[in-house]
Amino acid sequence: MTTRNLALKNSYRDSVELMRLSQELEQMSGVQGATIIMGTDNNKAMLETAGLLTEDGKAAAANDLIIAVRLSPADDEAAIMNRVQELLDSSGRESEANASSNQPRTIDGALAALPDSNLALISVPGQYAAYEATKALDRGLHVLVFSDNVSIEDEVELKNHALNQGLFMLGPDCGTAIINGVPLGFANAVPRGRVGIVAASGTGLQQVSCLLAAQGHGISQALGVGSRDLSDQVGGAMMLEGIRVLNDDPNTDVIVLISKPPGPMAQQQIAFALRVVSKPSVVCFLGMDAQAPNIPNVYFEMTLHEAANRVAGLLGDPTDDTSPVLPSPEMTLLQEISDGLGRDQRYIRGLYSGGTLAYESMLFLRDLNFDISSNLDFPLVNSIDDDAERTHKLIDMGDDRFTQGVPHPMIDYRQRRERILKEATNPEVGIILLDVILGYGSHADPASELVPAINEARLLASAAGRQLAFIVVMCGTSDDPQNIQKQAAELIAAGAVVVPSNLQGVSIAAALSVGDLEMIRGWSQ
Amino acid sequence: MRQNKPLLGEDLKVVNVGLSLFADTLRSSGTPVTDVDWRPPAESDQRLTKTLRSIQKRNASGHLNIIDEANRTAHQRMLDAQPALVDVAPAGEAIAGLEDRTLLHAGPPIEWPDMCGPMQAAILGAIRYEGWTHTDTGAVTALENGEITLQPNHNFGAVGPMTGITSPSMPVFVVENRAFGNRAYCTINEGIGKVMRFGANDDTVIQRLEWLQNGLAPVLREAVQSAGGVELRPIVARALTMGDEMHQRNVAATSLLLRTLAPHIADASSIGNNVSDILKFLADNDQFFLNLAMAIGKATMDPTRDIPNSTVVTAMSRNGTEFGIRVSATGDRWFTAPSLMPQGLYFPGFTADDANPDMGDSAIIETMGLGGFAMGAAPAVVGFVGAGTFQDALAYTREMGEITVGRNPNLALPTLDFQGAPCGIDVRKVVESSITPVINTGIAHREPGVGQVGAGIVRAPMACFTQALEAIDQLLSETANA
Repeated sequence: MTTRNLALKNSYRDSVELMRLSQELEQMSGVQGATIIMGTDNNKAMLETAGLLTEDGKAAAANDLIIAVRLSPADDEAAIMNRVQELLDSSGRESEANASSNQPRTIDGALAALPDSNLALISVPGQYAAYEATKALDRGLHVLVFSDNVSIEDEVELKNHALNQGLFMLGPDCGTAIINGVPLGFANAVPRGRVGIVAASGTGLQQVSCLLAAQGHGISQALGVGSRDLSDQVGGAMMLEGIRVLNDDPNTDVIVLISKPPGPMAQQQIAFALRVVSKPSVVCFLGMDAQAPNIPNVYFEMTLHEAANRVAGLLGDPTDDTSPVLPSPEMTLLQEISDGLGRDQRYIRGLYSGGTLAYESMLFLRDLNFDISSNLDFPLVNSIDDDAERTHKLIDMGDDRFTQGVPHPMIDYRQRRERILKEATNPEVGIILLDVILGYGSHADPASELVPAINEARLLASAAGRQLAFIVVMCGTSDDPQNIQKQAAELIAAGAVVVPSNLQGVSIAAALSVGDLEMIRGWSQ
Repeated sequence: MRQNKPLLGEDLKVVNVGLSLFADTLRSSGTPVTDVDWRPPAESDQRLTKTLRSIQKRNASGHLNIIDEANRTAHQRMLDAQPALVDVAPAGEAIAGLEDRTLLHAGPPIEWPDMCGPMQAAILGAIRYEGWTHTDTGAVTALENGEITLQPNHNFGAVGPMTGITSPSMPVFVVENRAFGNRAYCTINEGIGKVMRFGANDDTVIQRLEWLQNGLAPVLREAVQSAGGVELRPIVARALTMGDEMHQRNVAATSLLLRTLAPHIADASSIGNNVSDILKFLADNDQFFLNLAMAIGKATMDPTRDIPNSTVVTAMSRNGTEFGIRVSATGDRWFTAPSLMPQGLYFPGFTADDANPDMGDSAIIETMGLGGFAMGAAPAVVGFVGAGTFQDALAYTREMGEITVGRNPNLALPTLDFQGAPCGIDVRKVVESSITPVINTGIAHREPGVGQVGAGIVRAPMACFTQALEAIDQLLSETANA
């Protein structure tokens, strides 16, 4: 046994508080006996009797604080005394119950209330996001920036800053993530499982995780890294970090990467990283132009649907029962809808809230040589600004031009409702393709918005002697707060075709447009 | 490099900054989340927002964050302070450079004609007390001719309450910061009633000053010396647990000091038959310790001056016309703005119309983390300062925690689970959060000679901090380009 005294000069503490601290100190491993007490003559006599007083303690004055500790010889004395000092410094920390009565104004204030916070979720207007994110990183917090409109220079700086400190910097423009089972931003209630996702595309991540959930496969981690992470300027900084971390993660068996086409240099970096990954990886870089590199154990897939199927194939049979969440549409029903469309009603109107889903549909229709207008920037696709009526249209209504001053279309269906009614009066429009993103953060009851609009659109069309096809891609899980079965049932009752995958949705739309259901015979079962 | 905890595998504890929708979702899934009541920095002022971001980038220009490091140094120096009362001596003797025909006043520099009524009246009284002229008209002439020099207390390591007049014959407390060896000075509290600090200057005021000089000070000097000096940090720490916050309420600290000094006072050879007068004077004056608390503040803050890159406020002070702050990196420069009017409670017969704008060096107490910053420690003060309920008082202390570098574990607040008082005001945090320091204060009548009419709280004006922020940005960019 060794006894150590530490005397802190002129450090008055309340005696009851000191008794409490003494008790905590005694419970510390390696401590055989401990007292923290003011150095009055009486107190020193008590310490002496207890065998806890040393020369250092004897020299203390009445205003000095004596920390007396008895240690077993084997213990690391320096470490224990450091811990004692920490205990004293942190003794003055407001209890959470007390502090929670107060809403802090700043990140520092929040950290005072909940000091071991580990993630900052930032959704302030874009021009302030870099400032707040830097503060959070400086405090050692991992960061998810939901906000968009952050300059790419700031993004590069933030991500470098984060990597230097061993922190994640997800986003900016990261709509979704599921970390340690906790959904952040817009995310679905998917089960925990063995699939780790890194995505530069929010709805892409949601679509794949929901399709996997429908097949009984869960998510270990899903990291949204922001839509520009794979630009050459950012260089895939956070996707590379995500790959590294998931490769080391014992709870991840398969790694999935999702993005729009990467910059050539970023793509090369990712390919390098994948060569040293020890787990099977599935890569879905939508619209990737270059020849997919041939890397063992890495599977490049063209669509989100195929990516999810590939993952399911790699994982084998799920343990859980997997009755489908949504019933597949009957071919007879589709035939009926197809028969109802007039010969001139060949144009598709894709009104999307999920940018990646719109993008995927655009790629699909372009590959079928459909003439498309879109606000998505892509070679051989007309700009939406031309306002050409005699094309198919795919519109990302989450684009800045539609969201100035109004909520995102996943939350607010007003602009899509208006657009549905407008398209219903166009004699050459036959097929209206919509996505409904369920999950946390999204609209609580999308069917209540869409069903009246669909009914009204049908009335408008039928007044002109036309029928309309509504195809709804419903991205969600049976655990999502909106109740996916109820949502689907209400839309089906309104005559809509409801499918869980965007590839299915756009395929049906294409088949209806050309009037050839043979194209999709494989899908319906 | 810091080693931060990995994200994966840890239980998430989230700070939500922005849409509270996301906090609700997390809360409903049982994830601990703190929802920040976020507002745009600097009240959406675009220029200041850019300045904040520019400073943030400068901060990150070193291996460590240079501003944060400098501020940690300043904060640590505040924690390390060991103030002790070592002497009571005439100002002219104790304060180096305080020459004859020089008067010190509260606040940032100000010319005679610009001073408010109470400060002018106090100066005329002090001139009479010193015997430099025998009439007030003579005194005004001497002031106008520059025969009497007026300087801020802060230029001499001194501080003074309200008008804060320090003249060479006045006795001052000498407080030494034993950790750093620097000294600070403050006059002795005159008690209540007609007093010079509120601008009273009639014969009774002068007579009381003379008694302080000739009756009280020699005894206190002997007592302090016989006690071998008085360690002040333990007294402040203990008084905080007894309901003082050291600005509006000093009754516990005064009692603790008196208890410490009483035997030495009784034994003082200079006391003659003055024992009961002196003990009664100390016993009748709950705020006797206030002036010592101010000297403690000054002695604590001076070692934080002139730290390159530090954005910590080293002094806040008011001259009855303007409020001024000094910041570590910018040295002796004052950043000033018009003083605000205190909000508070008034003595019978007085209203806000009678109040002089905020005045005095006493905001040095808030600068070190007491007074308004420790409001949560002093339930009894809450009503007096017009802060409303006790919960409001706690909220003030928490709010000040948002603009400070850290806490001071040596100044633990029992009502906040022994959390340390928030200290080290960071100019960046003030501008960013739009939260200005809160100061507990007495309220002087705007007319000279009337005295105290109430007490309350006042905020430091934001303009002081925005100017300081821009000056620091300028300074950092010059350093970077040098």
